[in-house]
Amino acid sequence: MYEKRYPVAVEAEGLRKRFGTTEALRGVDLTAATGTIYGLLGPNGAGKSTTVRILATLLRPDGGRATVLGHDVVRQAGAVRRRIALAGQAATVDEDLTGKENLLFLGRLCGLGRSGARARAAGLLEAFDLAGAAGKQVKTYSGGMRRRLDLAASFLVPAELYFLDEPTTGLDPAARAQVWQIVRAAAESGSTVLLTTQYLEEADRVADRVAVIDHGVVVAEGTPAGLKADTGKGTLDEVFLALTRDSAGSAA
Amino acid sequence: MTAIVTGTRPEPPGAWTATLAFGYRALLKIRHVPEQLFDVIAIPVVFTLMFTYLFGGALAGSPGRYLPFLLPGTLVMAVLLVSMYAGIGLNTDMTKGITARFRSLPVWRLAPVAGAVLGDLARYLIAAGLVTALGVIMGYRPPGGAPGTVAGIGLLLAFALCLSWAWTALGLALRTPQAMMSTGTVVLFPLTLASNVFVRPRTMPGWLQAFVSVNPVSHLVTAERGLLAGHPSAGQVTWVLLAAGALVAVFAPLTAWLYGRRA
Repeated sequence: MYEKRYPVAVEAEGLRKRFGTTEALRGVDLTAATGTIYGLLGPNGAGKSTTVRILATLLRPDGGRATVLGHDVVRQAGAVRRRIALAGQAATVDEDLTGKENLLFLGRLCGLGRSGARARAAGLLEAFDLAGAAGKQVKTYSGGMRRRLDLAASFLVPAELYFLDEPTTGLDPAARAQVWQIVRAAAESGSTVLLTTQYLEEADRVADRVAVIDHGVVVAEGTPAGLKADTGKGTLDEVFLALTRDSAGSAA
Repeated sequence: MTAIVTGTRPEPPGAWTATLAFGYRALLKIRHVPEQLFDVIAIPVVFTLMFTYLFGGALAGSPGRYLPFLLPGTLVMAVLLVSMYAGIGLNTDMTKGITARFRSLPVWRLAPVAGAVLGDLARYLIAAGLVTALGVIMGYRPPGGAPGTVAGIGLLLAFALCLSWAWTALGLALRTPQAMMSTGTVVLFPLTLASNVFVRPRTMPGWLQAFVSVNPVSHLVTAERGLLAGHPSAGQVTWVLLAAGALVAVFAPLTAWLYGRRA
C-alpha cells in the first residue's frame, strides 16, 4: 500500500543511552528493510525496549543517530510520529474508562472523526475479541484483555511502521495467533513491523530478520535460518542461549 | 484482518481537537468514578451543615442569619479542594505510563494538560452547583440574585482554573498521586481554615489576624461575599483577578517545562 519511498524503514547507528549509572545501550546498530517483519530478541534488560522507545521518539539517545522512514528520530520527531504506531510494554489504556471509550478517545487523538472513530473502534473490538467487554471498565479486564485492548489501540489508524514491544506477552495461544495474523497482514500491505518478543519460536516463524541484543549491543543479526546455520543450532532458542549465555542466566 | 492495517491514515488532529479529546476523557472519568469528586465535596457540605446548625446561632444570632455569611466561604472551599484533582490526574497518567502513548502520537504536546484543565472546569461547576443548591435548600437566598450568583461562581471558576496550574506543576514534580493528594491537603486545609470562611477575624489573636488578612483565600471569600450579596467590591475582585493572573504567569510555564522534562 505504501510507496516504498524509503527502502530502509529503520536505520540506527551507534545508539547509546545511559540511565544513571546503567548503560542501557552501548552502541546499537540496526537496519530494517521496508515491508519486513523485524524481530528484536534478547534477555530481560538487554536494551530491547530502550531501543524501541528511542526509535518511537519517546526517549532521546545520548549518542548515535537513528532514522525512521527517512526521518531523524530526534530532529524530525513530529514527522516520525505521523508515520508510526506504538504498542509499548506497559499497558497504556485508561482503567476508569470502558474498552470502547478508550478506543473512541484515542481514535480522536489519531485524527479520526466522530463516526470514523466509532466504526474503527467497533471493528477493532471485534478483531481483538473484546466486543463482549466493550462496555465494561478496563479495571475489570484480565491481563490478557488489557493487552489486547492496548494492541487494538495501536491499530486505530494504519501506520507505515508498527513498533510492537512484546505484543504477545500474557496472551493465550488463540490471541497470539490472532496477533501474528494481523502482523503478517500489516507486512503484506507494505508496512514494516519492528517487534520484540520473548517467544523465540514465534520470532522464528514470523520474523523475516532478527537481531539479538545483549548488554546493550547487537550480538547477532540475520534471518532466523541464517542464524541457526551460522551457529550450528537447530532452534532459535539454542542460538539465543549460545549468544547470550552470560546474561541469560543472570537475567532469568 | 487485512482491513485493520490498510486504508489512509487521517491527518493528525489540531491542538483544539486534541484538547477536546482529553476534555472528553476527563468527563468520562467524572461519570465512571464520581466518588472521587464527591469524597472531596463531602467536606464543605458537612462544614456547611455543621457550622450553620451547630454554631450558627452562637455566631450570628440564628442559623438563618449565619448562612449568608458562611455559604460563600464553603463555596470557595469546595471548589479549591476539587481543584487539586488537576494535579492528581496528571500524576496518575505519568505513573501508569499512559502518557507514553500520548507522546507517540502526533498531537500538540500540552494537549493532555490543557484537556485536563478543561475537564476541571466541569468538576468546578458540579462542586459550585452542589454547594449553592445545598444553601438554597437550607434557606439561603443570595441577595445579589441570579446575576450576583453567576458573577460569583464565574469569578471563583476563573480563579480555580488559574490555580489548577499550580496543582499540575506540583503533580508533575511529585512522584505519586498519593504524595500529590497529601501535599495538596496540607497546603489547602490551613489556608481554608485559617481564613475568614467561618468567622470574622476580629476575635482572633493578633498573629492569626495577621495571617488571615494576607491569606489569599480570605480575599477570594470577601470578593465572593460581595458578589453574592449584590454589592461587589471592585478592589477585591481586581485583587482576585491579579492573583489568578500571577498564578498562571508562574505555574503555566513551570508546568510546561516540567511536562517536557518528565513526560
